[in-house]
Amino acid sequence: MPSKPKLPNPLNIKTSKLPKPPLPPALKRTPKPVETGDDVTLGQAAAGGGTSVVAWIDERTAGSGFLRGFMFRKVPKGTNWWYTLGSATMFAFVSQAVTGIFLAMFYDPNPTQAYESMRHVNNEVFLGEFVHGMHKWGATVMTVLLFVHMARTFVFGAYKYPRELNWVVGVILLMMTMVMGFTGYLLPFDQRSFWATVVGVNLNGTGPIVGPYLADFLRGGSEFGATTLSRFYAVHMMLVPGIIGALIGAHLYLVAKLGTSAPPWMKPKDVAGDEKQI
Amino acid sequence: MDARQKEKYLREYSAMKAAGKPFFPYAVGKDGLMACIVMIVIILMSLFLGAELGPKADPTTTSYVPRPEWYFFFLFEVLRVIKPPDLVFVATLGIPNIALGLLVLLPFYDRGPERRPERRPVAMIAMLLTIVAMTYLTLLGAFAGSPITIDEEVPAKYQYGKEVAANSGCLGCHKFGENGNDGPGPNLSEIGARLPKQAIERTLDNPTPPMPSFKSMPPEQKKALVEFLGQLR
Ligand code: HEC
Ligand code: HEM
Repeated sequence: MPSKPKLPNPLNIKTSKLPKPPLPPALKRTPKPVETGDDVTLGQAAAGGGTSVVAWIDERTAGSGFLRGFMFRKVPKGTNWWYTLGSATMFAFVSQAVTGIFLAMFYDPNPTQAYESMRHVNNEVFLGEFVHGMHKWGATVMTVLLFVHMARTFVFGAYKYPRELNWVVGVILLMMTMVMGFTGYLLPFDQRSFWATVVGVNLNGTGPIVGPYLADFLRGGSEFGATTLSRFYAVHMMLVPGIIGALIGAHLYLVAKLGTSAPPWMKPKDVAGDEKQI
Repeated sequence: MDARQKEKYLREYSAMKAAGKPFFPYAVGKDGLMACIVMIVIILMSLFLGAELGPKADPTTTSYVPRPEWYFFFLFEVLRVIKPPDLVFVATLGIPNIALGLLVLLPFYDRGPERRPERRPVAMIAMLLTIVAMTYLTLLGAFAGSPITIDEEVPAKYQYGKEVAANSGCLGCHKFGENGNDGPGPNLSEIGARLPKQAIERTLDNPTPPMPSFKSMPPEQKKALVEFLGQLR
């Protein structure tokens, strides 16, 4: 059989430079080449189907190169449980997004209906109060994880060169998460959330120069009314989640690009001569 | 860090990274386990703490003490510490924004090469103080109850006004005799001696923030409330 032509590589990725998957030797075999040509039986074509589809996509996106670079990059020795807090925060955010979508299916951002729609969720919808509760307490969990993650990066000096920008992105994420808490609190429209938000908006209004404009923007006018609620709703479920999603993307890009910091007490010599474990 | 220190850091880091383990499956495994724990905690909190609604929002009565989400308590408590009305904006915007600025700019003023916490005493002490202050303020906020009674004896004709005051959330920010919170609003135990009734009514309609406006309170309630406040001296 004549040797197969090399696969085209339109995106010009140098696979030899990419990290290798950490497989045990038994699994480290090159996949059999896919049978092509006119005399291929149906069975052979089906067997190669998965590989062909992956190869087709990969030829056009070079996605496997990205995935290999991302998934099999090394994390420094000594990486411990404290390093899971960032991804845990992200997981809590995903949980908020999913439960939030379900709540949005029932929620009505109208001052006369909002409270009733949440009552309906709590009392009649299947698993309604459960999902509502997950969203409500998920917010608390996310905030706590966020603060602990921030404390971790602070104690480990992970905000220092070259990761300064990732710290800045993180602080913006912190602010956006607080905005989510503030806008979300009004939505059930019970007495507590209503009056807390009135006071909160008034607080913004005390600021010099921009304060009154900010308060008017939040209220959607000079009085607290129907537009206020729909405005909070739009900010809470579209604007800020979009910003947070994009910022998490930037945050993770920087994490992957720069690598996660090693614990500050690790030194290269510990690494070379193995073993001062922490 | 100067160029030499940067170069040294990057060199040492790449050595430590090269000696590390692949992200998948080692770090991913830990992250995944942590995600499961997070999920379980959220589910348990939802099951045991629920998501009850309070009474429906009613713009005409503040029978509820305004209480924000717990992670805003510390901001609200700053208000109690700084009371003079001219300085309210210092508490509401000044302090939080300065704190935020210090936080964002941290990597730009703390540029030393040292990363070990035990050798960064200033940074660690600053962090501990911040944590203690925020925890203290948050706890203060958590235990500042939602009082709805005023014990002070008043003549029968002011009784209704006293109930309106007790049920309208004033106690969340004001003190009447022994009841209520001392701040962010001034003590009202002797307000009648300080302000005439018309001025009190004007304050209720057009207060200085953060006090909410009570313009939409039903007139007979407001009248009783003003009468009650006016005789406090
Ligand atoms: C969110 C907190 C808050 C709530 C709730 C609140 N106030 Fe106030 N109040 C304040 C603050 C802060 C001031 C000081 C601002 C100023 O002097 O204009 C103030 C000022 C006042 C004053 C003027 C005091 C003076 O010495 O000039 C009166 C009277 C007053 N409030 C009455 C009430 C009454 C009655 C209620 C309940 C119906 C109430 N407040 C609810 C925060 C609040
Ligand atoms: C929605 C909020 C956030 C998400 C989802 C998130 C996610 C992550 C993830 C997954 C990592 C990888 C390493 C790790 O988990 O520790 C990381 C690293 C980092 N994060 Fe965040 N983060 C968030 C908020 C913040 C905040 C508020 C800060 C600080 C102000 C911050 C600063 C950093 C820094 C400096 C690193 C680099 C750490 C290192 O290299 O060791 N992040 N983040």
